[in-house]
Amino acid sequence: MKRILINSVLAGLGLIGVFYWIGTETSGSVDYNADVKPILNKHCIGCHGGVKKAGNISFLFEEEMYRPGKSGKRAVIKGDAEHSEMMRRILSDDPDERMPKDGPALAGADIATLKKWIDEGANWGLHWAYKKIEEPEVPPIRRWNNLFGLLGDEDEWARNEIDHFVIDKLKGKGLAHSPEADPRTLIRRLSLDLTGLPPTPEQVQAFVNDPSPEAYEKAVDRLLADPGYGERWAAMWMDLARYADTKGYERDPARTIWKYRDYVISSFNHDKPFNRFTVEQLAGDLLKGPGGFPTNEQLVATAFHRNTMNNDEGGTEDEEFRVAAIIDRVNATWEVWQGTTFGCVQCHSHTYDPIRHDEYYRYMAFFNNTRDEDVTTETPTLRHYETGDSLAVESLRSWLSRYDPVKAESVYRFLKVTEPKINSHDFRIGARSALLDSKYMGVQDKGTAFGPDMDFTGKTRMLLAIGTAKKGAQMAFYTDSTRARKVAEIAVPERGSPWRDSILVINLPRLSGKHSLFMTVRHPTAPDDWVVIKWVALQDDFPGGDEGLEKEKTYVQLLSRKVLNTPVFWEGEGETFRKTHIFERGNWLVKGQEVTPAIPGLFGKLPKGLPANRLGLAEWMVARDNPLTARVAVNRFWEQLFGLGIVETLEDFGSQGAPPSHPELLDWLAVKFMDEGWSTKKLLKTIVMSATYRQSSATTPEKTAGDPENRWLARGPRVRLGAEQVRDQALAASGLLSKKMFGPSVMPPQPEGIWLSPYNGDKWVVSQGEDRYRRALYTYWKRTSPYPSMTTFDAPSREFCQSRRIRTNTPLQALVTLNDPVYLEAAEKMADRMSEKGKSIEEQLAWGYYLLTYREISPRKLAVLSKVYQDAFTEFKSDTTQLKEFLVNSQKKIPAQAAMTLTANVLLNLDEVITKE
Amino acid sequence: MEKLIKELEYRQTEHVTRRNFLQWAGATSLGAIGLGHLLGGCGRPQAADAAGVAGNIPQFTPRAKRVIYIHMAGAPSQLELFDFKPELAKYHGADCPAELLEGKKFAFIQGVPKMLGPQGQFRQYGQSGAWVSDYVPHISTLVDELTFVKSMHTDQFNHAPAQLLMHTGSARLGRPSLGSWAVYGLGSENQNLPGFIVLTSGGKQPDAGKSIWGSGFLPTVYQGVQCRTGGDPVLYVSDPSGMKRSMRQKTIEAINEINRKTYEEVGDPEILTRISQYEMAFRMQMSVPEVMDVSKEPQYILDMYGVKPGEGSFAMNCLLARKLIENDVRFVQLFDWGWDSHGTSPDGAIEIGLRKKCRESDQATAALLKDLKMRGLLEDTLVIWAGEFGRTPMQENRNGIVLPFMGRDHHLDAFTIWMAGGGLKKGLSYGETDDIGYYAVKDKVHVHDLQATILHLLGFDHEKFTYPFQGRNFRLTDTEGHVVKGILA
Repeated sequence: MKRILINSVLAGLGLIGVFYWIGTETSGSVDYNADVKPILNKHCIGCHGGVKKAGNISFLFEEEMYRPGKSGKRAVIKGDAEHSEMMRRILSDDPDERMPKDGPALAGADIATLKKWIDEGANWGLHWAYKKIEEPEVPPIRRWNNLFGLLGDEDEWARNEIDHFVIDKLKGKGLAHSPEADPRTLIRRLSLDLTGLPPTPEQVQAFVNDPSPEAYEKAVDRLLADPGYGERWAAMWMDLARYADTKGYERDPARTIWKYRDYVISSFNHDKPFNRFTVEQLAGDLLKGPGGFPTNEQLVATAFHRNTMNNDEGGTEDEEFRVAAIIDRVNATWEVWQGTTFGCVQCHSHTYDPIRHDEYYRYMAFFNNTRDEDVTTETPTLRHYETGDSLAVESLRSWLSRYDPVKAESVYRFLKVTEPKINSHDFRIGARSALLDSKYMGVQDKGTAFGPDMDFTGKTRMLLAIGTAKKGAQMAFYTDSTRARKVAEIAVPERGSPWRDSILVINLPRLSGKHSLFMTVRHPTAPDDWVVIKWVALQDDFPGGDEGLEKEKTYVQLLSRKVLNTPVFWEGEGETFRKTHIFERGNWLVKGQEVTPAIPGLFGKLPKGLPANRLGLAEWMVARDNPLTARVAVNRFWEQLFGLGIVETLEDFGSQGAPPSHPELLDWLAVKFMDEGWSTKKLLKTIVMSATYRQSSATTPEKTAGDPENRWLARGPRVRLGAEQVRDQALAASGLLSKKMFGPSVMPPQPEGIWLSPYNGDKWVVSQGEDRYRRALYTYWKRTSPYPSMTTFDAPSREFCQSRRIRTNTPLQALVTLNDPVYLEAAEKMADRMSEKGKSIEEQLAWGYYLLTYREISPRKLAVLSKVYQDAFTEFKSDTTQLKEFLVNSQKKIPAQAAMTLTANVLLNLDEVITKE
Repeated sequence: MEKLIKELEYRQTEHVTRRNFLQWAGATSLGAIGLGHLLGGCGRPQAADAAGVAGNIPQFTPRAKRVIYIHMAGAPSQLELFDFKPELAKYHGADCPAELLEGKKFAFIQGVPKMLGPQGQFRQYGQSGAWVSDYVPHISTLVDELTFVKSMHTDQFNHAPAQLLMHTGSARLGRPSLGSWAVYGLGSENQNLPGFIVLTSGGKQPDAGKSIWGSGFLPTVYQGVQCRTGGDPVLYVSDPSGMKRSMRQKTIEAINEINRKTYEEVGDPEILTRISQYEMAFRMQMSVPEVMDVSKEPQYILDMYGVKPGEGSFAMNCLLARKLIENDVRFVQLFDWGWDSHGTSPDGAIEIGLRKKCRESDQATAALLKDLKMRGLLEDTLVIWAGEFGRTPMQENRNGIVLPFMGRDHHLDAFTIWMAGGGLKKGLSYGETDDIGYYAVKDKVHVHDLQATILHLLGFDHEKFTYPFQGRNFRLTDTEGHVVKGILA
């Protein structure tokens, strides 16, 4: 029921404005989304919706709602509750008839709401999050009804529009805002929020001593320009990208994909517009760089979706896990950019939101055509050539383009991403051949295998990746069968292992039309040895006569070069184009109707002018009309700063998610974000410049009781630091932290025996030098065994995209910061820093406290620290063996150092230290 | 009044979000500061507190309060241990008939494999006359305590997905494990130890890694805590070297005292929770090493299990499981790696490796059952012994080649598990496979049925015991599962 604001006439009389919220059964109209949909979702839609349509009645889609059911009766007749079957059944006394079936009867208020809604015409309404984002009006601080200034200092307090929206709600809740946090607490909060690191004492001093009104803004700008900014926000993005350094599943072997992590850091640091950031990650391979081919940066961006798991276990069918990866990509795309839980539509229409089963697969069709197929090598990968080689690649391209630009492009493409090609898991076995591990075609002496149909027209070269352990294997190739034409014969180079490959270029006679490739192996000297084929590609020859032949040699050399590879997207076309089918009830083996790419009807159609492929999809997602992308994005950044999203369920903006606490603010931020060129830095600056953000986080029992979660923002955020920040702060404050950026992931010390994976000899080899002390973002991430202290502080294992880390508070966390050698090393180092400052022990302790909180320690807290220091000092003085064991890294093995270390250990565990205040 | 109704509706929506649940859990622990309820559950939820947190309370009286789940990772051969198939012996060495292979997928078998007869000597034991082989001479003496399910089947023939299915109800990563569900539903009855403890042996982690004792989308407080017999029994539970217990106590007191002062200044109730968590951490530092230390056990107990103090082994984990259960740990999960008898190496051979694994585990498993019974704990403790799938009646011929040792491939259509303890019919063999042990044919029990039954024994209706995540109410048994009534006492 609509809330009616009745402003008392008293206000008009010049008395204090008093608000009354009065709702009556008789006045105002019912709102479908606010009033009716929650009742339907809770009581009806489980049986009458996406999964089931009992009695052929569904309340999920507008057109279904008013249709007659199986009985011929209409559940809902617009404007006529009395004759609507729904009302009759809800009100029925007959237990067999009464709805909800098997559940308690609806509450009187719900029944009244439904009745009123139907009588008013049973209007359907689109869920708020699916409506176009309109710029809302900013509420004035002083309204006509409190012009008299009796309500305090809000107008002086407010700094930007955010505060107007916040004040507006606070008033409604009878809550009052808090004063600004003290400058030292504020600068610590700001630094941790924007860069993930605490400020240095010098930075704090500079800020506190700057009397200018712009001091705070200057600090904000400095932090936004700090390289640590990109690292901090990349850490957030890693959970969304499900970034890991291993492939997942049983074998969980290593994967080289850190260039993607570096791409994200750089993108944030360069404030790459969020729309471009989005398009690059979803469809960078379909963008054109200078010269027409996507840049390395654009290709590396697509590794976002190559972070899906890859199953290397023997006997697993590549196609099954390719499909699993595609489904994960669809679900992750929806979760990251659209804040919508799409996974359930895989098996049936969405239970609560109007998205149909087939629409899932139409959407999946956008993603289903990439060339990756769960192959162990993770092909296609972007080949990163060393400087000299990369020059050779470029010069080959320009040499070729003088003769034939098309050939130049195809050679360049193959050098970069080795596509198009056919993976050997698509071959069929013949005699003495097997799909080894269900991954690659292996053939033994006197064995045969069949390739799929390929178009040989104009193809005079066959490229083959092949390996065998022992000398003497001969291979012959025929079109279609041995009775047809022999097209080539080769000696297979022995490489000591069938898993080490040679890339061969084999001349073919001119052929035309489609043929299947038939191959035979002769290997009499080692009949049990496997000749293992990885892939095959048909190409044409190089132009330019003899010079061309020389160039072709360079081409093969470059292809054979061992280089760093990053898994990327590459779109299939022609022979490698893939059709998409609906999977009946989500089962990939039961293929239904074929579908073409489309966005769910709820959002209309892809705008004209956008291609019906991934690029078009990505462009649509960042179009001004997309109702979700900007809302979901600004909510994500907001949650990182305040600890609670405006929509609490970051992952679900649908009708089952939490409603926004400040819907107008959300939309205002979203519009501003888009209008300001999707600049993340500008967005964050707007938020941190607000008075709302700058409030003190101190609370009172009354404030806490009135708003335990700080949803209405009557105080500043007070939130335990995230997993990365807890570690980074300890390293930074003690002076251990390395600021080295980028590169392969590192292995800081972790307890023995954490990695014990079957079938995988990978070892945790502790990094040396500064790599031991890198920011947590760079720690090697193994999916089946993540770095222990990270998961203890709520980091996910990154198998799937996760929007939120649910904050917990457990004794295991205490054990990490108390006893993990990483934190003890930090404490020892911290003790050095403390001892350097101040003459008295008290001064040193206060300095340690200051380095972690940037506040003067209160005398009562200092007394506690002094006592624990003195106790430790006495203890270590009396027992030097103990002292020597305790001090692992310190040069000075003296009681003072040990006692100071122990006190630093206390400091690193304080609530105010591991909390952003 | 209208406002109140709105507020109430809002609160109800809020309760569906996960964060709120935790706050609620935090609030419970506040009610009992110093008890540190949060670890591995938040104490048994009070009815009044449970508003909106659906399915958090047992729907009926549990028959079992605690669980020991022994998972033989790799999947032991049912045909050598418990599922006696004399018919199969007759076909030993014969080519596998085409109809058994048609439309079938195996992990490694290719082409036409040979049939492989049972390698154990079977005999009937006990009053119940259960058939057991000489591979497990100790367990065979206890068959009248056991409930065999011989008609198990699963959907997955690879280790990691099959283990995930077994423990989380889904073959894909990301769902909470059985132990997490149990602790989420029943809470922890111990204030000094985690509610869900995992012990591994066999030299490796199970194939699916830590995910099979992960909490999935449940808050991380419900994940299994791995206790280790080497190094720190729980990660970071030991004080730093050179720091005495008394000193640790002083540091924790100092931390908490300063935190209390911070609370007085800023009033954040989360600080109070933190204080209680530090207290619990301190107690855990005592209680975990204590419970993990078997040196005070009498010699006859050590002999019964066959353990030597200080030696990590499956036998040791059995003894530890008893100690943990005795200390009211809710769910103890044992994983023993190395049961994957393909026949590719001596360790992976039915005639060598499997016998060895049996030798190393049989006595201790039997000792655990006897010990629990002796202490009156078996009545309300559920013990489960299982692998993740079964093994083929055919001999594996990886890549179409005869292997050097006897081995069997992964098999999803038939396997045997056994259970003992609270709420089960003792001395029962439930379900049957066909003459050669290829398919479960009578009273088939799917993995989800087993899970439904376990939850039933713990007092939950598996269809109503759900947790809302990503717009759906998730449950352990996904959308399947029927309680196997035939095995209930």
